[in-house]
Amino acid sequence: MASYPQGVDMAAAIAAGFILDRRDAVPVLIGRHEDFLFVTGLAGTARDIAALTRDGAHIYTMAGAMGGAAMIGLGLALARPDKRVLVATGDGELLMNVGALATIAVLNPPNLAIVCVDNGHYGETGYQKSHTSLGVDLEKIASGCGIKRTRTVAHEADLAGGARLLREGNGTAFVVLRVKPDDPPPYKRNLDPAACRIRFRSALLGAQ
Amino acid sequence: MADSTGGATLWQDQLYDLLRRNKITQFAYVPDAGHRILIDRSLADPGAQSVALTTEEEGVALLAGADLGGARGVLLMQSSGTGNCINMLSLIKGGRFPLLTLVSMRGDFGEGNPWQYPMGQAVEPVLRAMGVICLRIEAPEEVVPTVEAACTMVFQGGNAVAVLLTQKLLGAKAF
Repeated sequence: MASYPQGVDMAAAIAAGFILDRRDAVPVLIGRHEDFLFVTGLAGTARDIAALTRDGAHIYTMAGAMGGAAMIGLGLALARPDKRVLVATGDGELLMNVGALATIAVLNPPNLAIVCVDNGHYGETGYQKSHTSLGVDLEKIASGCGIKRTRTVAHEADLAGGARLLREGNGTAFVVLRVKPDDPPPYKRNLDPAACRIRFRSALLGAQ
Repeated sequence: MADSTGGATLWQDQLYDLLRRNKITQFAYVPDAGHRILIDRSLADPGAQSVALTTEEEGVALLAGADLGGARGVLLMQSSGTGNCINMLSLIKGGRFPLLTLVSMRGDFGEGNPWQYPMGQAVEPVLRAMGVICLRIEAPEEVVPTVEAACTMVFQGGNAVAVLLTQKLLGAKAF
């Protein structure tokens, strides 16, 4: 029998539609990671993307300042219209500053895509249920904000369509990737926010 | 720049031109009367990106992202908005991101609205606690040299700087 994080009612989560394994689904959804500049949320998505890229210089991961990932992505996307920017963040991080979706929708930068890896829980703090386990639908919020290209990916069969949406340049894309509340890859990334800033800027902009 | 309404608006137009000369392209704000001219000029400027926020902390994160991409920005907010930024300033301090913010003050000189005092009076200690240098402006002739100095401190010195446009400068709002 598989072991799950303590306190998680996995049968209930799966019955509610949180089925996919993030360790398999995130890499499939993103595909060739070198095609994107990444901004991630805390904990889970930071580990997802650090594991996928071997903590590459084209990622900026967070471990604090919760609620900032989507807006960092917007600033980067506006600064670099020649690059595709992918924000990968969790349901808890996005919920903390959900107004950012309204701000982003108004500007609608075509080179920005947001993936919310939604496990319905605050994994880092002990798997307490988040609002998305209790009826809140982030795709509907994004859509209600005016983001036109939205999708929920909850089954393997949905992954290819979600992957295409992230790579279309017709406007900001928003994908909820619904996954079961299980641990992200145990990847140890660089946690120094200043070192990661310098690393990212050096790779993108050259020596400053 | 033509000054159609007298000296009261001249420094604001000079300020916009100064920000643009310092290669600032991202103007982030929650709408505010004190920043009206800067906001309107950024909206009318095809070389600028005007970003209306739902809350000020979004602007802190936005400008960090701009810096990651090699662009410069400014956050325009009211003193009450500084309180909304505090934990997001962890990103600026920890990441040593440059940050320029212009704060239109309420709850100081001549304020008549009691609701504005708690945050207005807390702006400087709270920003300083998060590593943001505060520069106060009380007279129109101080605006251009102070913001010029702030741009150097931010974009060459690598600091976070808040320029406080006080109610001595802007005038207290009448109720």
